[in-house]
Amino acid sequence: MRETLAIFKRELAGYFATPLAFVFMIIFLFCVGGFTFYLGGHFEAGQANLKGFFQFHPWLYLFLIPAIAMRLWAEERRVGTIELLLSLPIPLWSAVLGKFLAAWAFAGISLSLTFPMWLTVAYLGDPDHGVILAGYVGSFFMAGGYLAIGSCISATTRNQVIAFVVSVVVSFLFTVSGLPIVTDFVSVWAPQAVLTTIASFSFLTHFEAIVEGVIDLRDIIYFVTLIGVWLVACGIVVDMKKAG
Amino acid sequence: MIEIDGLVKKFGPFTAVDGISFSVARGEVLGFLGPNGAGKSTTMKMVTGFLAPTAGHISVCGHEVGRDTLAAQRMIGYLPEGAPAYADMTPLQFLRFIADIRGLNGSAATAAIARAVDRTEIAGVMEQPIETLSKGFRRRVGLAQSILHDPPVLIMDEPTDGLDPNQKFAVRKLIAEMAPTKAIIISTHILEEVDAICSRALIIDRGRIVADGTPAALTARSRYHNAVTLTLDAGDADAARDALSAVEGVVSMEEDARGADHSFTLFATSADEADTSLVDRVGNLAREKSWNVRTLYGEPGRLDEVFRSLTRPDTEKTQGDAA
Repeated sequence: MRETLAIFKRELAGYFATPLAFVFMIIFLFCVGGFTFYLGGHFEAGQANLKGFFQFHPWLYLFLIPAIAMRLWAEERRVGTIELLLSLPIPLWSAVLGKFLAAWAFAGISLSLTFPMWLTVAYLGDPDHGVILAGYVGSFFMAGGYLAIGSCISATTRNQVIAFVVSVVVSFLFTVSGLPIVTDFVSVWAPQAVLTTIASFSFLTHFEAIVEGVIDLRDIIYFVTLIGVWLVACGIVVDMKKAG
Repeated sequence: MIEIDGLVKKFGPFTAVDGISFSVARGEVLGFLGPNGAGKSTTMKMVTGFLAPTAGHISVCGHEVGRDTLAAQRMIGYLPEGAPAYADMTPLQFLRFIADIRGLNGSAATAAIARAVDRTEIAGVMEQPIETLSKGFRRRVGLAQSILHDPPVLIMDEPTDGLDPNQKFAVRKLIAEMAPTKAIIISTHILEEVDAICSRALIIDRGRIVADGTPAALTARSRYHNAVTLTLDAGDADAARDALSAVEGVVSMEEDARGADHSFTLFATSADEADTSLVDRVGNLAREKSWNVRTLYGEPGRLDEVFRSLTRPDTEKTQGDAA
């Protein structure tokens, strides 16, 4: 636990030690704002909610979260600090978890900086604050899901660009697995059960339910399980690299 | 303190370390010598738990690496090759992080950092980001990291690589100071360093140990061991050549002309037996003939020559034998 905290603090400080953190946050906030007002029709809808704001989160995360996750392991491997890290008396899970939590906290900080949206809606109308809070919780867990995928893929390479591109592709598959682009392809040959299973992996399906204000325990469990599975995979990748 | 038995590491079809066994006791400074790619770094990476061995056992202070890795790693201070450190941190932040990980907190951490900073003389750069530091300072920050928790076992991969002569001297002095209470392994390309700080040296070539002994014993394996070298004014060289080859006990002779100096290296009948009288005989002869002697000494042997004869590639070896 002590080691996890030490790594968490170091990694989180690492984001802010370079311009990366600020560049990321500014771009994130710009995109969120732009998408909400221009594509989401936030004003035109004439409703006091943040649906137009949340519906673009999966697509933003798809590209922005791999950018946070790509450095987690690939950078250490390229610079050689991984040798230092893994020869320190740290349990493997501590290192994996500490890094992931730092990235997740960073994503959480970025997300929380969108609070003026909430204030605006609250000022202009009378929104259902419970629904908005649910949206934020859902969005945060979904970011964790993308991050866990990115973290595992970052562990497989020393090249951050490769880590980024592969993470985007894998994240894309997880995002859209409930949409026709995937289901049409699968439904031709697979039985209904397989189709349902694949579709149930979709970030969109689970996230949309939460944004509607329905925090179903199953959706949260889905994201937590997804994070757990990818982090275990990340630990296995790091351990396998030790064997050479 | 360190026991290594039958260590093997394969990367795919390539065998980097091929059955290495040795042990290091407290108070010993073991020097790893060998050409690039001989398996020195790979061996160190396995001892520190960064790489998993393909076969063999490593035990550090009684803790088996692989089974009880964390306990072993607590006993070890490790300076990886190139002294990697988090470039965006300052040395102070970096050492605090290491102290945190090592379970040192509060006043214990402050005291440990102060001691390591003092020993490695980096007090002046504690607030500068590591990426802005010179190579020498970065290396010393790495050293400070490795000795922070005062470990009983120290493993350093090329600790003096890239340092200037003053810094090298300081690092060697530091290692010598710590040597009595620790088991230390260092790897190096610099042969003089082995003489200066190691109590024992291992020469590794292509994953195998090809020589193991004190620096003096290894040096004595040189064909120059107990040879006598006499440097004369070049004007005396021709006269000296015949007289020297006639000296009792001399079986062969090498010459080397350098500007106004001309040196002869005389080999005695048996290089293994200490034959100090040869130096006396040559000295007497030079005095008799009143040559202009620049230097005269009995050779202890040449470590670089031993190194090359033990580690050169096969192709060169056969060529050398043919010639």
